Amino acid sequence: MADLNINVGKLKLKNPVMTASGTFGYGHEYSDFMDISRIGGIIVKGTTLRDRQGNQYPRMAETPSGMLNAVGLQNKGVEYFVKNIYPTLTDINTNFIVNVSGSTIEDYVETAKMLNDLDHIPGIELNISCPNVKEGGMAFGTSCLSAAQVVKAVRMAYKNDLMVKLSPNVTDISEIALAVEAEGADSVSLINTVLGMAINAERRKPILSTITGGLSGPAVKPIALRMVWQVAKVVKIPVIGLGGIMNATDAIEFLLAGASAIQIGTANFIDPTVCDKIIDGIDEYLDRHNYKSVSQLIGALEI
Amino acid sequence: MLDLVVKSNVALNNQYSLLILTSHSKLPEMLPGQFVEVRVDNSPNTFLRRPISINYVDYKLNELWLLIQIVGEGTRKMCELKTGDNINLLVPLGNSFSLPNLKTSKLLLIGGGVGIAPLLFMGSYLKEMGFSCNFLLGGRSEENLLQLSDFEKFGTVYTTTEDGTHGERGYVTQHSVLSSSNFDLIYTCGPTPMMKAVASYAYKNNIECEVSLENTMACGIGTCLCCVTDSINGHVCVCTEGPVFNIKKLKWQI
Repeated sequence: MADLNINVGKLKLKNPVMTASGTFGYGHEYSDFMDISRIGGIIVKGTTLRDRQGNQYPRMAETPSGMLNAVGLQNKGVEYFVKNIYPTLTDINTNFIVNVSGSTIEDYVETAKMLNDLDHIPGIELNISCPNVKEGGMAFGTSCLSAAQVVKAVRMAYKNDLMVKLSPNVTDISEIALAVEAEGADSVSLINTVLGMAINAERRKPILSTITGGLSGPAVKPIALRMVWQVAKVVKIPVIGLGGIMNATDAIEFLLAGASAIQIGTANFIDPTVCDKIIDGIDEYLDRHNYKSVSQLIGALEI
Repeated sequence: MLDLVVKSNVALNNQYSLLILTSHSKLPEMLPGQFVEVRVDNSPNTFLRRPISINYVDYKLNELWLLIQIVGEGTRKMCELKTGDNINLLVPLGNSFSLPNLKTSKLLLIGGGVGIAPLLFMGSYLKEMGFSCNFLLGGRSEENLLQLSDFEKFGTVYTTTEDGTHGERGYVTQHSVLSSSNFDLIYTCGPTPMMKAVASYAYKNNIECEVSLENTMACGIGTCLCCVTDSINGHVCVCTEGPVFNIKKLKWQI
């Protein structure tokens, strides 16, 4: 049995397997299926300063080897999280990371501040793929300047681990990664969903209420793998890889490409025990290849 | 998550199949109105599980029945399963129909198309609990009326068809039993326009009414927030807050 422990920024993970925001609820939803404390880290769903009802429905369209979603950050707000959800998480022995989303820099900062002093929340994941409503609705994460601005402001307000989740809907993701690293991000996670669209030809209508939505699942895996590889080459902070990971082999590919940890997202919808299987699968791979520690796999791609 | 075995898979006609599943171990307890999420194997275009109503459970024979309507590749693959094949389910999911307060309540279960599926299980459950049921089942034509002999075991069956080939001609909401009897409680499942018409009838006549909603789903356990519907409490997941809703909780214009 190899050593699966890995440090990612300020986080100490018992293994490199985390769950992606919006795909694992607050963890409890999966307790009937597996021991969720086995997971290295659980990133709870996108949390905003105020309660959000999310988008109108339909919010989902199935695609070949994937799905489009347009949930629109439905959540009850950070105050509700702190008062009602947080107390239910404190006795579960894993890292709970809160995914923080916002429409303005001030929103992000206020939300992060409210999470600063929670003993059992060792970090946040900053979702910078949200539209910046004060600057015409362009996503924060699609320009180096606005990505840097939001990370800088949150860094000043938040003392624990700051993971920044990058959008793939950009020309050069390495530039954005470098920009957020320069402002004090402890790690970057990538990729968020790829902007896509689905049409019902018979009805001549878009399937999603928002017309476009975010594509996830195995369909995006090659894009994610390529971006993780590109970013890991240029940044010094750890990279957390995600995008279409369905099994241990997929997870290992991301580690080889340079990720220090990985997140499982859409796969949880198909197999609620998939995290368990991926942890076991990584362990088995390490033994089979005579690795003593999972850290030896990071960036071990032979070119 | 359970791996079950296909005991039989019988085409009822060219659109519908009855898939009877069993298990080597005892099936979990299930309630009428609940559903399962079926993983469809060997179907590259079926990425997500398919939510399917529980049609009937026979604990003595250790059988779980699913009534499948072929609507796409996923459901077609399900209808092609053979006796002895394995099938992976998340089961049971969602809430259930509520029981009437009084044993003397006059109950009407209204179903249309494949929406009759959960009503058979509910009918059997109600009968076991000592209630008597009336079923009002509708379809476009005779071939869309399914499992009539099964329903007859649990109560009185009324039918409508749009072309008049079985029962009264017209829609379920036009059936004469609605004007000749006073019902206390209606359970309904079927196409949304039908359920809205039933809900409207119930609302106007001050009859308690529960509807079982359908939606495209990803997870089935309340984490993806894809299957929401509008309720008086805002957007709620059909998979966990439903699929059964009292019409007073929904924001239907009825």
